[in-house]
Amino acid sequence: MADYTIKVNNELHKISADPDTPILWVLRDQLKLVGTKYGCGIAQCGACTIHLDGVAMRSCVYPISQVGDASITTIEGLSEQANHPLQKAWVEYDVPQCGYCQAGQIMSAAALLKDNRNPSDSDIDQAMHGNICRCGTYLRVKKAIKKAAKSV
Amino acid sequence: MTKVQTTYKRRSFLKVSAAAGGGMILGFNWLMGCKPEGPLPKAIPSEWFDINAFLKIGDTGLVTIYSPNPEIGQNIKTSMPMIVAEELDVNWHDVVVEQAGLNTEWYTRQVAGGSQSIRQGWESLRMAGATARKMLVDTAAEQWGVNAEDCSVANGIISGPNNESIGYGEIAQLASQREVPEEVDLKDPNDFKIIGKSQTNVDLQDIITGKPLFGLDVDKEGMVYAVVLRPPAFGYTLESFDDTDTKAINGVSDVVQFGDKIAVIASNTWAAIKGQKALKAEWKVGPDIEDSAYHDKELLALLDKKADEARREDGDVFAAFDAADEIFERTYEAPFLPHSCLEPMNFYADVNETQAYFLGPIQTPEWTRNRLSKLLDRDPSEIKIDMTRMGGGFGRRLYGDFALEAAEISKLIEKPVKLTFTREDDMTAGTYRPASKFKFKTGIKDGKIDAWYMVETCINGRMWDPMPSNFPAGTIDNFRVDSHVFESNITTGAWRAPYANFLAYAEQAYIDELAMHLGKDPIDLRLELFERARTNPVGEAYNDDGDKFNYDIDKYTGVIKLAREKSNWDQPREGVHLGFSAYYSHNTYVAEVAEVEMENGMPVVKKIICCVDCGIVVNPIAAKNQVEGGIIDGIGHAMYGQFDFEKGRTQQTNYDTYRLIRISEVPEIEVHFVESQNDPTGLGEPTLPPAGGAIANAFAAASGQRFYKQPFVNYKDVIG
Repeated sequence: MADYTIKVNNELHKISADPDTPILWVLRDQLKLVGTKYGCGIAQCGACTIHLDGVAMRSCVYPISQVGDASITTIEGLSEQANHPLQKAWVEYDVPQCGYCQAGQIMSAAALLKDNRNPSDSDIDQAMHGNICRCGTYLRVKKAIKKAAKSV
Repeated sequence: MTKVQTTYKRRSFLKVSAAAGGGMILGFNWLMGCKPEGPLPKAIPSEWFDINAFLKIGDTGLVTIYSPNPEIGQNIKTSMPMIVAEELDVNWHDVVVEQAGLNTEWYTRQVAGGSQSIRQGWESLRMAGATARKMLVDTAAEQWGVNAEDCSVANGIISGPNNESIGYGEIAQLASQREVPEEVDLKDPNDFKIIGKSQTNVDLQDIITGKPLFGLDVDKEGMVYAVVLRPPAFGYTLESFDDTDTKAINGVSDVVQFGDKIAVIASNTWAAIKGQKALKAEWKVGPDIEDSAYHDKELLALLDKKADEARREDGDVFAAFDAADEIFERTYEAPFLPHSCLEPMNFYADVNETQAYFLGPIQTPEWTRNRLSKLLDRDPSEIKIDMTRMGGGFGRRLYGDFALEAAEISKLIEKPVKLTFTREDDMTAGTYRPASKFKFKTGIKDGKIDAWYMVETCINGRMWDPMPSNFPAGTIDNFRVDSHVFESNITTGAWRAPYANFLAYAEQAYIDELAMHLGKDPIDLRLELFERARTNPVGEAYNDDGDKFNYDIDKYTGVIKLAREKSNWDQPREGVHLGFSAYYSHNTYVAEVAEVEMENGMPVVKKIICCVDCGIVVNPIAAKNQVEGGIIDGIGHAMYGQFDFEKGRTQQTNYDTYRLIRISEVPEIEVHFVESQNDPTGLGEPTLPPAGGAIANAFAAASGQRFYKQPFVNYKDVIG
């Protein structure tokens, strides 16, 4: 076990964990931030996507020992009042079905829009390729990203 | 208006107390969920009055509606309460929805399965709203000394003939003490204000802000975490194990064996996962170790066998084959499939001397409670199950094996526990869609279909009755369906649109190729057959209602003709290749046309046009979501779903080896619902079965290539 101080959603947290513990399980089991989901554990489904200094990362394979001073953002910290343009677009298009993958989808999309204010279909396909939606809400995900891009 | 008796499941409408247990807490978070552009909802009540098992009304007029059925993403947590709210005549903005727990006294069929929640809930949901409305109106009329018939309701406000007016909240207490009326009026569908209007998912705000909603998010005082090591192959049993390394892991507190399984107990999920990996188990290899090559050989051999008893038999197919000018025969093959719910199986259990409490994602709370009752040797009344939202179901969560495991572990360690499957556990300890094969054989005489013989072989199951009487039964003089079941120790079960999910593919691909062979347009061929069923149906009644076949000709041909029109089927476009498919399942009629274009020499699905007859569409925005999801699921598994066994082990264990459809592989989808005032039917499954056939038939139109096996793309060929 080792002690770490990590910055999550602009708050510092002192935690103890084995160095190989993926950030995902620190967030979920210790900090009780359960919006970040477990789907595969091998960075194949994207349900666990968070931002590390603004870059989309799969938290299921990223060990806590590698975080250092980097700033972690989770779905809970994406916006103050669920008013990120993506969250608003998600509401407008009623995107989710079961909802389980959606936080990961939104976090991947948010990282895309940070760098690309006008993503093409293929930009979206590329950025979102790592996020599986088992229910098949992909068409709405795409529409919502385009809508949000216009208002970023 | 329709008058209905309230005798049906009358208990649900009687006075109940504290319907779903503890009071609910509404606060800032709930208010944030209200649409900013909509009217402000009623204030948070200080007192609630239970009207019946489906609803309670607060003193401010805010209404809580309980959604009785499990939510797996089919959106019934929104659409079922909409039906109650419609008959209650309240503003949807003034409704708060709560998930009800299992209560067999109050609710019928608390199951997510078979696309039946809306269809079978329709009547009781409407009656729940209408009964409450009548109790409220009768109370107001009595107070005012007027006839209830002279009062009207809009948005939860009752108006009397002399300009009296009172809100539901002000009269709810008195109304809740009233006798339940013997008879209530249901609205004319033309007067619907909520049903038929799009309402967003009631959990939407919580989903997009990451609130705890799912089973895996459950966190309870004193809870420990469990991950289980199960036999690595079907046919293996546990011989012995060494847990030295597991117990050395930080956070691991206990290791317990139950049956052939070993549970690692820890203070967090990661420690439990590491502990599971560190276990050294010795397994005994049993006599029945199977693999997919063996299944293929056995199933193919059965296809050539005449069953002792036909599932349906009209005329004599064998005599007709002898007399035929020509025989046209094709065989279609499907692999096992895992369900791949993105939220892996999990459950919370707290089994102790005073209670056995369960919380988690389950499609069958009642059946699971009864199984838990047997397992724990306790009366069902001592077992309480609450349901979380589910991160997908697709049939996997019909089988409560994970809840039973959690129960055993909690009982053994005498602590509340949350059991989590890793993705590998989820994929290797599944209850799979069984592998199956279908052979179709047609006898052609004078250019016409004179005999049709279908043989099914399937692992551990066979198509349900009355599927042998599906189309084209009733349209061909000599018709026979045989089923063979091949028993296996691999656990199998329902997978979204069971049997139909592949039978539809086989049948729709076959009809397409047969039509081409006969030189006919595939839609024309279907319509000709339907005409035969209309004018001179073949066969005897297969049920007590005297039905000769299991479909409605008008509804079936209705969606087929609509799809023909909407896809411009009869106006060919250069470079656009169309494929047609239509299927009836789960009481809903669906026709789909796929558009394929060649890109760099490869056929690419560009668009699906889908026409659906599901009766009244309760919630259009969500209904369309289901339609899109079903099609994408159907395409994804037809294209990529490769799943096989070697020596009893699944060869695919996670998403690096098992391929699911991704965002770049999804075509545009255009949806048309048939306008209807018929009672609604379900949408969770019916758009999946025809999807594979539509794209395969379009591929054939584009390139001439036909696919007789799913998946069309072998993952091993693609990723090596």
